[in-house]
Amino acid sequence: MLRRTWSSFVRLCQGLAVGLCLVAVLPAAAQTGAAPSGASQGLQPPVTKARGGQCVDDPAFMRRNHMALLKHQRDDTMHGGVRSGKYSLKACVACHASEASQSVSAEAGDFCQSCHTFAAVKIDCFGCHASKPPPAGIQAALAQPQVKP
Amino acid sequence: MKQDHNSSPSEPVAKPSSRRGFLGVAAAGMAGILLAPGVRLIEIAQAAPANGAASAGASSKVRWGMLIDSGKCASGCTDCVTACNTENGLSGGKLPTDSQWIRKIEIKEVRTGKTQSLPMMCQHCAEPPCVDVCPTGASFKRADGIVLVDKHICIGCRYCVMACPYKARSFVHEPLSNQKTDVPRGMGTVEGCTMCVHKVDKGEQPACVTACSDAGHGAILFGDLNNPESEISKRVASYPSRQIREDLNLNTGVRYSGI
Repeated sequence: MLRRTWSSFVRLCQGLAVGLCLVAVLPAAAQTGAAPSGASQGLQPPVTKARGGQCVDDPAFMRRNHMALLKHQRDDTMHGGVRSGKYSLKACVACHASEASQSVSAEAGDFCQSCHTFAAVKIDCFGCHASKPPPAGIQAALAQPQVKP
Repeated sequence: MKQDHNSSPSEPVAKPSSRRGFLGVAAAGMAGILLAPGVRLIEIAQAAPANGAASAGASSKVRWGMLIDSGKCASGCTDCVTACNTENGLSGGKLPTDSQWIRKIEIKEVRTGKTQSLPMMCQHCAEPPCVDVCPTGASFKRADGIVLVDKHICIGCRYCVMACPYKARSFVHEPLSNQKTDVPRGMGTVEGCTMCVHKVDKGEQPACVTACSDAGHGAILFGDLNNPESEISKRVASYPSRQIREDLNLNTGVRYSGI
């Protein structure tokens, strides 16, 4: 009697443990599976694959504070001539430019454009600033601005 | 930290029986709240110069200037203008409204008929009229004497264009694309010669200076007017040079010899 109770208790424990493990693992697997594909998982803007690399700070922190960081450093650069800061727009563009369009704001899925469209926030940066990294190599200087009529 | 300040004075708020007591405690609480952000501002202000010094920003010990020898400047040569356009992504006058940061001018002595050629651009005045008239503070002078427009603040009123005695500033009328990474430019803002500030900050010379020496003229000398050991200071000290419109007392950073 005691033996039967013990074995059923053990079986119950095993079942619970497996169940708990599944509960813990499944959502994590779903998340890691969705992130690299770039597909929209729940409420997330779709972002095309960028040049990539390690961001200068924690992505969650950057998501919330990039605008303040950029604004602060822009004043240091413009007025103080300090060009060694960590949070430069030039560096953002160099890393986040999409592999397809070579830009952060040319196509709907490009890094800056995608998230800003999702959040319904207009980006003013690229009216003046280059949204593409400077072409590597010789005579990048030949690219002239195209004045639209 | 702010919460601590709030909580400690708020405890006695319930106790005071008189109106005067309550007001006193409230004032102390307000002082605490105000003090905390003040302290942090001072910390930030003290930290800023350390950062700036570490990364070598613009220093007021330096005053960048140019000495242009009009005797060496060849009539008809526009290498400096082309170099400026290429460096800064300017179209070079395809449309009547296009920006022009540097231009070549010919001057003529009426009696003798002697002509001279020289480049004209922002003179990077020590007392810039464009900065005086700017209603938003967008037009400004850096610590090292370079006069710039902060296009984040510029509202495009063009007072500075009117105020400049050298006609050195342009207004961007049309939307632009394909700007250079180091030279952001955009519609609705005023712009002018930046003395290639992005190159100067890297320790290089402005594009026009390099182009002129590459062409073999070497008519433009760039350097630090504050450093008595620099080539430009020595030349300014030993040979006659002039500022254009000296009568305005603007103390220009760009000086001319041979005119």
